[in-house]
Amino acid sequence: MLTIKNLKAGIADKEILKGFNLSVKPGEVHAIMGPNGSGKSTLANVLAGKPEYTVTDGEVLFAGKDLLDLSPEDRAREGLFLAFQYPVEIPGVSNINFLKTAIAEIRQYKGLPPMEAKDFLKLVKEKQALVELQVTLANRSVNEGFSGGEKKRNEIFQMAVLEPALAILDETDSGLDIDALRIVANGVNKLRSDNRSFIVITHYQRLLEYIVPDFVHVMYEGRIVKSGTKELALELEEKGYDWIKKELSQQVEA
Amino acid sequence: MNTSTTIAEKITPGAVLLPELDVLQTTLAGNEQIRFIRRKALKSFRLQGLPERKNEEYKYSPVAALFRTGRSFPASTHSLTRNDLTPFLVPGMDAFLITIIDGKLSRELSDELKGTPALQLHDLASLEETPSAVFQKHFGADALITADPFIALNTAAFRDVVFIQVPNNARIEKPIHILNIVTAEGAELVNPRILIQVGRNSAIQVIENFIAIGKAEQTLCNALTEIRVGSGSTMLFYKIQDHCKNLSLISTTQVYQDEQSHFDTHTVSLSGNWIRNNLTIVADAEQCETHLNGLFILNNHQHVDNHTLVDHRKPNCESNQLYRGILDDKSTGVFNGKIYVRPDAQKTNAYQSSKNMLLSDDAGMNTKPQLEIYADDVKCSHGSSTGQLDEDALFYLRARGIGADSARALLMFAFTRDVINTIRIEALRTQVEELIEKRLTH
Repeated sequence: MLTIKNLKAGIADKEILKGFNLSVKPGEVHAIMGPNGSGKSTLANVLAGKPEYTVTDGEVLFAGKDLLDLSPEDRAREGLFLAFQYPVEIPGVSNINFLKTAIAEIRQYKGLPPMEAKDFLKLVKEKQALVELQVTLANRSVNEGFSGGEKKRNEIFQMAVLEPALAILDETDSGLDIDALRIVANGVNKLRSDNRSFIVITHYQRLLEYIVPDFVHVMYEGRIVKSGTKELALELEEKGYDWIKKELSQQVEA
Repeated sequence: MNTSTTIAEKITPGAVLLPELDVLQTTLAGNEQIRFIRRKALKSFRLQGLPERKNEEYKYSPVAALFRTGRSFPASTHSLTRNDLTPFLVPGMDAFLITIIDGKLSRELSDELKGTPALQLHDLASLEETPSAVFQKHFGADALITADPFIALNTAAFRDVVFIQVPNNARIEKPIHILNIVTAEGAELVNPRILIQVGRNSAIQVIENFIAIGKAEQTLCNALTEIRVGSGSTMLFYKIQDHCKNLSLISTTQVYQDEQSHFDTHTVSLSGNWIRNNLTIVADAEQCETHLNGLFILNNHQHVDNHTLVDHRKPNCESNQLYRGILDDKSTGVFNGKIYVRPDAQKTNAYQSSKNMLLSDDAGMNTKPQLEIYADDVKCSHGSSTGQLDEDALFYLRARGIGADSARALLMFAFTRDVINTIRIEALRTQVEELIEKRLTH
């Protein structure tokens, strides 16, 4: 599904990813944890193709294609989805028009016929129920006037509508209370399948109680420094990141 | 003789027009009142001269280039038929059509204003046959002529006056659609003139389109529309500049509002080479409400200057200005919004917002709010911003599979939404939406 090899990238001459490696197979859920500034969000943005980031080295294969060669929209059309840490408010663009345009362009890219209006509305209704997103989407602008929780649920809702092959959740849990967290996690869990993979970026182990990962990786200074199973997240919760940092500095000394 | 020469020299470059204007005045139609007003206006034009570069009101829209050479004042000759007008109509809108060609009312291309109660449509010829006391009272006031050289110029040189009279207690459902057509190809100067008089407790909707049929490469249209909204009346007025080609256009709208009247206007500029929109509202009675909306989308070397003046003279009035502009390539824009609150105009609420989006490094926008407040119990505010397309929003849309071009168009379209949403004639709103969509995805 996704293979990242020795990825080096940064922003304005500052290298943030310093040789990042990861391999994600269909159906797997990978959690990426790590302290502030370790490069987690940069990884998410670089994979989604945010223009201000520059890739200096390495390669990323996504479903057999060179991901780094694709425009952000083509990455999305190929099945990559980024749930934003800070979903953007877009005054004047209605949620419905936005989704309709996205679906139309994705289907056109795949050579599929346009979706019937009634099928689209049915899909929207069904997926809104999935994330318990009760706001009226038709007459409201994208994320405008949404609470923090609604914005995050809107991300998961969009993911449910677009049915990506790989979803990257960038700190979707930040700013959520426990109820909203449970709703978001339920939404994600219902979308888990044998051919859909997830990269869940988070600071805290809390989210991983609800979205149980197959693998947990610790990111530090632009690389994965430790990988394990879900137990690693618990260990991190207990000991904090200083433990990893200490372990690393001992390795360097040795 | 000596005196006039001296003045003429002083008002260079406008002086190039004077010999033509002198001759023109002797040939134009009109009764004694009209001739008197024209002579008065010519005198005022000589005195005012054309605005020079240092004139603050025309600083960002210098007019010298428009008057380098003399201009002729064409009489209307055309062979247009109703079929030729189809592209300029609003699909799905049933309206009274009024066609003005090179400043002269075309009866054969205009509808009779049948309605209950009857609207009246006059031109100079019919006014000569049936004089109108209302027209005589309101037309060509000194204060108007001396307010601006282009008003004086129009008044000195108009060939015809289109006078629309709405009686008292008339709620006219069907919009009046005015096509202001310029057929000129070269260095002509056309001076269309309209007076709309709305009686008391009436309601009317008017759309005015500016249309260049010929190439209009050097042509200047200096249009003046005077509007009087009677007490308790509501008027919606839409000015659409979409078929202007390379026309240079000075479009002045002068509005007088009586008490408890409501005036709601939109100025939409999508084409044209050089446009100056002067919009002046005189709220000369209590409880007037005024909404001034504007939208312009420019590219290449287009220039659009929106000058608004809201003159609050009496207490308890409200005005709202909402202007949005998108500028690409080497286009330039101006928004100059003046709000004048006179000492008597207590409890005035006056707001102004001007937001602009620059799509190119070479595009430029000058925004100048001018609030002159002489009353102490008022609420007035203004806000303006000029920025680029929101890159974060653009990436968000692209990250959902929407292509860069359509994402840009979506965002630009969204930027115009505030203004479009306030267009109350549905068929017109749909047409404007389509025009903008076409324009943004060209």
